[in-house]
Amino acid sequence: MTALILRRLLLSALVALTVSIVVFGVLRLSGDLAITLAGERASEAVIQEIRIQYGLDRSLPVQYAAWLGDLLRGDFGNSYYTNEPVGQLLADKLPITATLGLAAIVLAIAVAVPLGVAAAVWPNTWIDRACQGLALIGQAMPAFWLSLLLMLLFAVQLRWLPVSGTGTWKHFVMPTLALSTYAIPAIMRLTRGGMIEVLQSDYVRMARAKGLPGRTVVFKHALRNALLPVVALTAVQLGFMLGGSVVIESVFALQGVGYLAWESILRNDFIVVQAIVLMLSLFYVLLTFLADLVNAWLDPRLRAH
Amino acid sequence: MAGIGVFLVLAVASIAAPWLWPVDPLAQELTNRLRPPVWLGGDWMHPLGTDDLGRDMLSRLLHGGRVSLLIGLSATVISGIIGSALGLIAGYFRGRADSVIMFLINARLSMPLILIALVVVSLAGSSLQMVILVLGFLLWDRFAVVVRAATLQVRGQEFVLAAQVAGASSTRILWSEILPNVFGPLVVVATLEMAHAILLEAALSFLGLGVQPPTPSWGLMVAEGKKHLLFSSWMINIPGFAIFALVLSINLIGDGIRDIAAPDGRH
Repeated sequence: MTALILRRLLLSALVALTVSIVVFGVLRLSGDLAITLAGERASEAVIQEIRIQYGLDRSLPVQYAAWLGDLLRGDFGNSYYTNEPVGQLLADKLPITATLGLAAIVLAIAVAVPLGVAAAVWPNTWIDRACQGLALIGQAMPAFWLSLLLMLLFAVQLRWLPVSGTGTWKHFVMPTLALSTYAIPAIMRLTRGGMIEVLQSDYVRMARAKGLPGRTVVFKHALRNALLPVVALTAVQLGFMLGGSVVIESVFALQGVGYLAWESILRNDFIVVQAIVLMLSLFYVLLTFLADLVNAWLDPRLRAH
Repeated sequence: MAGIGVFLVLAVASIAAPWLWPVDPLAQELTNRLRPPVWLGGDWMHPLGTDDLGRDMLSRLLHGGRVSLLIGLSATVISGIIGSALGLIAGYFRGRADSVIMFLINARLSMPLILIALVVVSLAGSSLQMVILVLGFLLWDRFAVVVRAATLQVRGQEFVLAAQVAGASSTRILWSEILPNVFGPLVVVATLEMAHAILLEAALSFLGLGVQPPTPSWGLMVAEGKKHLLFSSWMINIPGFAIFALVLSINLIGDGIRDIAAPDGRH
């Protein structure tokens, strides 16, 4: 088991390193950073000054090594826009996005798993079709439009919730609803598929033959096994949602990390953007690593890998 | 199925836009701003109303459809080629190539799509072509995964072994024996990724970093309509619903193809 953990850890670390290279590369190579920072009409002298000031005149590997070294020491640099330490900015905004993300994934699971189970237990009935329809709608719905619709309904028409901004728990309701739609379709489909498969398996038939009540069969025996892939998927979906939070937070002006990323992109504050993208990626790597571990713990068959 | 029907309507309407409804989507009529659509009190000159610069909404909708379809198709082709190639190589040669490619897929999955796309577009300039390139180079992962799995299944079959024994080169085998047989799942993924690309382009344009005004794009139209959420909500609802309808129809087509290709009820 330890060997498994170590191997996965090493792989995760390698992935993290690769991501850091890509993030760094994307930022440096998609356009001359110095020109973007200086502004389009700046003179060559100003551009050159900016190059030296931000260390952009060094060769790429040197820049990367310096950046990585800083990162490992916990120094994320200072914002190009406000000159505050980036680490501080992130620490301020992260709780909001974390709250949003957690609330959304909890909501998604609370909605999707029961629906998926219901659809599997009564396949091809109206329940099943309704659930599948819901999944289709959720997948096709552009998140920003849904957010605006929610705003129209709950904030403008019904006046139950504030339109946008940050502050009270009420500000989180609509963003959570909107964000959870990223994950609900996939989780529901996987739960349904897994349950259908499991319900047809031998040990379930055995349990039924033993005369166990249906509910026990479904919940105690079938669900535990069907949920295995859902665990991994949930981690993946949480990772996606953190990326998708950019759109949702910007619509609702929710001052989280996603909103900060969008603002920073618009303000050419790339050092902040770099840190945020890296942080979200690392978080995703961590999540998948943990999901792997949980999977291995839940299913002993996976441990002999 | 229904999906094909809806999609065809949208596609044909968008492609035929200049002949169907010969109104310039860019023509501003500042005396005619914010006219509501016909069912809310407008007139038939502008059946879907006008936006806040007096531009005809129906025309912008149709032309925006062209943009969505163009970007969706192009990005899917690019990412499809990249992903399929990687999937074929990984599935057929296995061993180190497989490990490397799986690693790449994992690395790519770890990166938040929208953010990377936003960064690249903001640095390299946001234009139609840029959006296509960015999406094309980011959306290949599902292609790779699916094609790899399909290749793994196909490579053990007899006709492949026969070709190998006959001395065919790997390239030829991949092209003539394996690729045609992984076509089913490939097409399914292609439709799903096209829908994904369209949604992403809409999100990018909504955030201001996709297609630039005055080119109409449905995401951009929603963003432009946001200011008028209170009194002219049709401005966001018409393009928003269009995106939804298009993506839904593509997803339905993909599901339909999958049901045909795998009729054993796999989900």
